[in-house]
Amino acid sequence: MSERKLSPLEQDLATYYSAHEGSFPGSENSRITELRNSAFQSLMETGLPTKKDEKWRSTDMKSVVANTYNLNPDAQEYDVEFSEMFRCDVRGFEADVISLSNGWYYAPEEEKLQVYDNGLIIGSIAIAQQRYPELFEQYFAEIADNTSHGFTAANSALWQDGVFVYVPDGLHIEKTLQLIKVVSSDNQLMTNTRNLIILGESSKLSFMHCDDSVNHNSNLINTVTEVHIGKNASFDLYKLQNINDETTLLNNTFIRQYADSRSKVSVLTLNGGCIRNEIHVDFQGEGGEADLNGFYLMDKKQHVDNQVFVRHSVPNCYSNELFKGVLDEEASAVFNGYIYVARDAQQTNAFQRNNNILMTKTAKVNTMPFLEIYADDVKCSHGATVGQLDTEALFYLMQRGISEKDARLLLMYAFIADVTGKIGIEALKTSIEDMVKKRLRGELSICEKCVLHCSRPDVTLEFDIDMSKV
Amino acid sequence: MLLNIKDLHVSIGGKEILKGFNLGVNKGEVHAIMGPNGTGKSTLAAAITGREGYEVEKGTIEYKGEIINDQAPDERANNGIFLSFQYPVEIPGVSMTNFMRTALNAQREHQGLDPVPASEFLKLMEANKKLVDIHSKLTNRSVNEGFSGGEKKKNEIFQMAMLQPQLAVLDETDSGLDIDALKVVARGVNALRSENNGFVVITHYQRLLDYIVPDFVHVMYDGRIVKSGTKGLAHELEEKGYDWITQQLDYKTV
Amino acid sequence: MEEEKRKNDVLEEVTSSEYKYGFVTDIETEHAPKGLNEDIIRYISAKKNEPEWMLEFRLKAYRHWLTLEEPDWALVDYPKIDFNDIIYYAAPKKKKELESLDQVDPELIDTFNKLGISLEEQKRLSGVAVDAVIDSVSVKTTFQDTLAKHDIIFCAMSEAVQNHPELVRKHLASVVPYTDNYYAALNTAVFSDGSFCYIPKGVRCPVELSTYFRINAANTGQFERTLIVAEEGSYVSYLEGCTAPQRDENQLHAAIVEIVAMADAEVKYSTVQNWYPGNKEGKGGIYNFVTKRGICKGDRSKISWTQVETGSAVTWKYPSCILKGDDSIGEFYSVAVTNNFQQADTGTKMIHLGKNSKSTIISKGISAGKSNNTYRGLVQISKKAENSRNFSQCDSLLLGDQCGAHTFPYINTSNETSIVEHEATTSKISEDQLFYCQQRGVDTEKAIGLIVNGYAKEVLNKLPMEFAVEAQKLLAITLEGSVG
Repeated sequence: MSERKLSPLEQDLATYYSAHEGSFPGSENSRITELRNSAFQSLMETGLPTKKDEKWRSTDMKSVVANTYNLNPDAQEYDVEFSEMFRCDVRGFEADVISLSNGWYYAPEEEKLQVYDNGLIIGSIAIAQQRYPELFEQYFAEIADNTSHGFTAANSALWQDGVFVYVPDGLHIEKTLQLIKVVSSDNQLMTNTRNLIILGESSKLSFMHCDDSVNHNSNLINTVTEVHIGKNASFDLYKLQNINDETTLLNNTFIRQYADSRSKVSVLTLNGGCIRNEIHVDFQGEGGEADLNGFYLMDKKQHVDNQVFVRHSVPNCYSNELFKGVLDEEASAVFNGYIYVARDAQQTNAFQRNNNILMTKTAKVNTMPFLEIYADDVKCSHGATVGQLDTEALFYLMQRGISEKDARLLLMYAFIADVTGKIGIEALKTSIEDMVKKRLRGELSICEKCVLHCSRPDVTLEFDIDMSKV
Repeated sequence: MLLNIKDLHVSIGGKEILKGFNLGVNKGEVHAIMGPNGTGKSTLAAAITGREGYEVEKGTIEYKGEIINDQAPDERANNGIFLSFQYPVEIPGVSMTNFMRTALNAQREHQGLDPVPASEFLKLMEANKKLVDIHSKLTNRSVNEGFSGGEKKKNEIFQMAMLQPQLAVLDETDSGLDIDALKVVARGVNALRSENNGFVVITHYQRLLDYIVPDFVHVMYDGRIVKSGTKGLAHELEEKGYDWITQQLDYKTV
Repeated sequence: MEEEKRKNDVLEEVTSSEYKYGFVTDIETEHAPKGLNEDIIRYISAKKNEPEWMLEFRLKAYRHWLTLEEPDWALVDYPKIDFNDIIYYAAPKKKKELESLDQVDPELIDTFNKLGISLEEQKRLSGVAVDAVIDSVSVKTTFQDTLAKHDIIFCAMSEAVQNHPELVRKHLASVVPYTDNYYAALNTAVFSDGSFCYIPKGVRCPVELSTYFRINAANTGQFERTLIVAEEGSYVSYLEGCTAPQRDENQLHAAIVEIVAMADAEVKYSTVQNWYPGNKEGKGGIYNFVTKRGICKGDRSKISWTQVETGSAVTWKYPSCILKGDDSIGEFYSVAVTNNFQQADTGTKMIHLGKNSKSTIISKGISAGKSNNTYRGLVQISKKAENSRNFSQCDSLLLGDQCGAHTFPYINTSNETSIVEHEATTSKISEDQLFYCQQRGVDTEKAIGLIVNGYAKEVLNKLPMEFAVEAQKLLAITLEGSVG
């Protein structure tokens, strides 16, 4: 094979990898080392994706791969309580908070891997792989596909830290576990965060994954999360994204579902320069259900790309995708849903819907709702629309005395209400809805702290239009 | 005897619904089958017409002297068994006219007759449309597509008139009908009653039986007939409710 | 379950009917040696007595083709084509001018008769002027007088190159440049013949123009080139029908169709494609790699594609519209049926450039046997296409559990005043529908026929009457013994 010309980022990654071979977490574990090696090889062969790759046609990484990043920020010493750094006092919404700071698990040394009495394990993946080699043997890197594209391969080769969660059989964790990832470095960072979440049989976990920026550096956040949902287990995932306009966020989530398991994913994109969410769901046992939802509210030159792949490998599973977005100014959005129904995956129910509203001449949407079906006794459908706010509804509201501006906000809010409506935790739903209202009114900016702690809690969040009148 | 059902046991997905059902219908008779929800009335209709998934575990369905347990649905239909569906399905793109002509010609082919000439067919359509007050625009549409609940039921009776069955099973034909539509449907049925055919009228309410007067009334409970009588039984049921029957039965079984 | 088995038997039976048009017309043919190089292209050009510019154009396309690679993005799978194992030119030897049907080879008449599309019948009953293309050379055109009265030009492409060079030079490759794709480049280099159609300003073509393509000589690639130009305010309805006799080797077909519609013009292009799909084991059959594209150049112009695709082993075809004029309209109506081992990857592109442009896409895919049927389509709304609209409905019907049905729509929108809607469903024939028909005495086979035809009706209705009948017949032949 002829030598490919490496991009600056690929060059940096290669140099970094060679320099650190042997000192990555898990280097004493031959399996993990082999995985890193093969991932690195795959990265060098296929390279980081360009617009020539079908799946990346509409999301240009040219400036990203031409950039130089600090690949190895120092782990931050644990000096202050996390709650002092990030006050997260969303009214009525309680969560156990863990955090990653510049990619490193942020906790006092002795708390970096905690094993609770009920068997729950939460902590740094770097430590967990030493402590629980048998779990890693069984689950780690089992579903993340390095051949899908170079960023996943880069993550698999270069990951340093991330979150590990293990919920034993039968255990229900009622309180939401909230992961706050903050990047706050003086120079441009690339983080390769690796998360592994394992749910035992009939267990339950609600997990919130927040990506935040605290400054305006152009960072590259490359996260791979693998989730195994055991038989009859339930997993809720909320991805809340509110990063700066300069940062590129790549969130690649792989979910494997065993029989009768349930997953519910809500991707809530409020702000971000360039965000790409990939969600891969693979049903490995019958009776599984996946409910995958998302909204995006983009403006300026922001770009969001949601790639949702659902693979029905076995009969009798249900999947539903609903993604809705509003694009203002020069923002652009991509949606690519992909439902694959394997031969013999009979009695599959799979639905897909993507609705978009364009607010300006300069906003753009590319939507690709795909179906690939090899079984006949299935119910599959997809739909996609691109349009405007309903002018009749707008007139109706204005005729009732609502200002055009408010009427528009209300309709936009109503447009994504069926996505926010799917958030199962009432308090979280209320707070997200508040954030949406703020976002639509242009009052939501990069908070100095966690996004859920809005910078001015004194400002009332109530929407000044009574919904009941509509 | 036109229809003779003996000790019929029918199950769906392994669950027994009919549990030793017996019924005899002679030509010229109208039998009403009443009973509370979930006692197997619609299962009976499905079993008589040979719907897939309804397994006859035991017993026989005899029609015109022949046991038809294993006959395909279309074979039974062409032999003169007609079901007025409780929930008629929509078939997009297939016009009522095309559908009826195909069905009628299938029947004629079965009888060794030539296809019906177009002009005769259209005349037949016109005559029967009048019978049930069906608008021509409905017959130009696809089968049942966009029909209201009442229109769907009228359409069933219209098809019955077209196909002239010897045994008609009406499954909850009154459900979802207002009183005017009910009268139209009943008028259609009564016009088709003759010495040569028999009817099995399945209904939850006595109301329909004011318009389609039955010769016999049977009360079904838990998969079999538990009480039979003449039309007076229907009125008694209306007054006393199904509890009246079920309490008697439950008392006996205790 | 007895009934289930019976139904499967019927499905098996109705979906396994063999190709009925497999016969070879024994007309003596003259052909070029196998293979492709500049000499072959010079040979073709010389045979056609082409002017220098045409040869140069072919050579340019050929040299470009050499730099390209075969596309592999479609969801189809076939052995690699050896482009040097193909005959690029074949012509019937008898080539004298014909004025009446009597002068046409009786065997040819017979072939048309077997297809149920006899020239005589067509002429007498429906007034269709037929330009019959047999193995690439125009044999017979009818109704020339009628057309001449309206100054309509409808002739073989090779004739047009001779007699109307200015028109051909102006419009040829103006919609599909040779750089467009691999097969477009190949076609431009080697195209043998095809039809040229020119409707002058304000003329409503009084007859439906029709070309029946047949691929006849063994190992002959078929590379037609069709160009339709509709001047301002004109109208034409053009029918293309294709059947090819049975052959064991795969035959390549890479045609180009270009349509130019000026202001207020309307072109309706209907295709019934029934080339040999290969046998029940998937052996043989036509590779149908076609580039069809029209441009609505003027305001208020309209191009409508209707296709019924039942044949070919592999189909790769996306009849498209470039909606350049304001208020222009593009339509695509398609029924694609695949059976046995057939593979179809077909759909459309609607490129909205003009204001208030509208497009409609209705696609009905029906898969049976072990076949794969893919809809692939692009709707693009550019920045300037104010108030443009698209509605797409793409449905798939699966008959049996060994086939595949796929939908790959691409929607790119860059205008906030436009509305794009896409809907798609996948279904099988419901048990309820089958039972309902059976309860009325219609047997399973007939019921499937009824329901499939009902399913495709929306598209079949768009075909001209005499074509619709043939299309229904083809659906019947492809899927079952008898359709009600």
